[in-house]
Amino acid sequence: MGAQLRVYRQKINSTKSMRKLFKAMELIAASRITKARSRVAASLPYANAITRAVSAVASQTEIDHPLTTEPDQVRRAAVVLLSSDRGQAGAYSTNVIKQAEQLNELLHSEGKDIKTYLVGNKSQLYYQFRDRPFERSWLGNTDAPVFETAQEIAQTLLQDFSTEYEEGGVDEIHIVYTRFQSMVTQVPTVVRLLPLEVVEEEVTASSETLPLYDFEPETEQVLDALLPRYIESRIFAAMLQAAASELASRQKAMKAATDNADDLVDKYTRLSNTARQAEITQELSEIVAGADSLGA
Amino acid sequence: MANGAELEVEIVAADHFVWSGAATMVKGRTTDGEIGILPGHSPVLAVLAEGELAIEPVSGSRISVQVDGGFFSVDSNRVVIVADNAQVEESATSGTN
Repeated sequence: MGAQLRVYRQKINSTKSMRKLFKAMELIAASRITKARSRVAASLPYANAITRAVSAVASQTEIDHPLTTEPDQVRRAAVVLLSSDRGQAGAYSTNVIKQAEQLNELLHSEGKDIKTYLVGNKSQLYYQFRDRPFERSWLGNTDAPVFETAQEIAQTLLQDFSTEYEEGGVDEIHIVYTRFQSMVTQVPTVVRLLPLEVVEEEVTASSETLPLYDFEPETEQVLDALLPRYIESRIFAAMLQAAASELASRQKAMKAATDNADDLVDKYTRLSNTARQAEITQELSEIVAGADSLGA
Repeated sequence: MANGAELEVEIVAADHFVWSGAATMVKGRTTDGEIGILPGHSPVLAVLAEGELAIEPVSGSRISVQVDGGFFSVDSNRVVIVADNAQVEESATSGTN
């Protein structure tokens, strides 16, 4: 067998085995995404109940709570960046990191210090490679987040938030994640978690008026209990959205890789056929030439 | 409260839906003490303490739910219990879902 032909056969074999990997990963992502989407749906009742309660409290009392009051001067901001643990998801992590970079730039231009919190191995590698400081990172389970992680992140953030600037505290908290819009569109998004933005709304006849609640035990204590939960649920919701986006990107990337592998196998098969044919032609002409020289 | 003879109860935990159904009474523990909700109760937003929550459903036997804390809201006979971690202890099959 000619050298050229052997090279093509090797390439075909290795592309085929890679194709198997891509295909398997595509299928895994496709099966997990259903679960991820149903988890997004399952977390909705809790998020809705909390949002409703928070807006009920906000709409009827003059809130003067550390979590809702806008500080006069924002000197340091915390940025939480949700990326993935693994690659093979196309530009998923790159896009969300890029979004965070833009936010960082904006905050810098406003003269704010930045404290960075990272979720997912990819963002950590990005920061470590560039030798940039970050406060803390959470790794593992980015494609299937658990509520405990969200609680941990929320606690860390709230602790920072309640600390004074001089002692390393922050005045506002932003979260950067990828919002799952549909299977084909995932949008990197920035949301300001704290201080809460209390939206004043005109009461119209059509809008549902929230009842006048009694608070048990005190308004203050209800808010104290409510707001951390609200933050937790917002972070958890962002993590679930990010997980669904990650899986969708991965499925898309792996689908493209499988298709490319198919194309390559086709191309190499054609080339190897040509090489084989050339070899046969050459052998034949050699035999004919040999016979001719003997007969002459 | 002629038309409000029963409560519409909904229990949700952080990552899943726990229980919903009609009930005649809900009893829970707040940080201040026990509170009982009957149909027609005035709107309340209260912080739940860790402990047991009892629900008297319209049909079937009493349900008790172990909660880790959270809060609940009552308005116009709709009770929403938001728990950090809720464990239904008995007759978990009654009610919808």
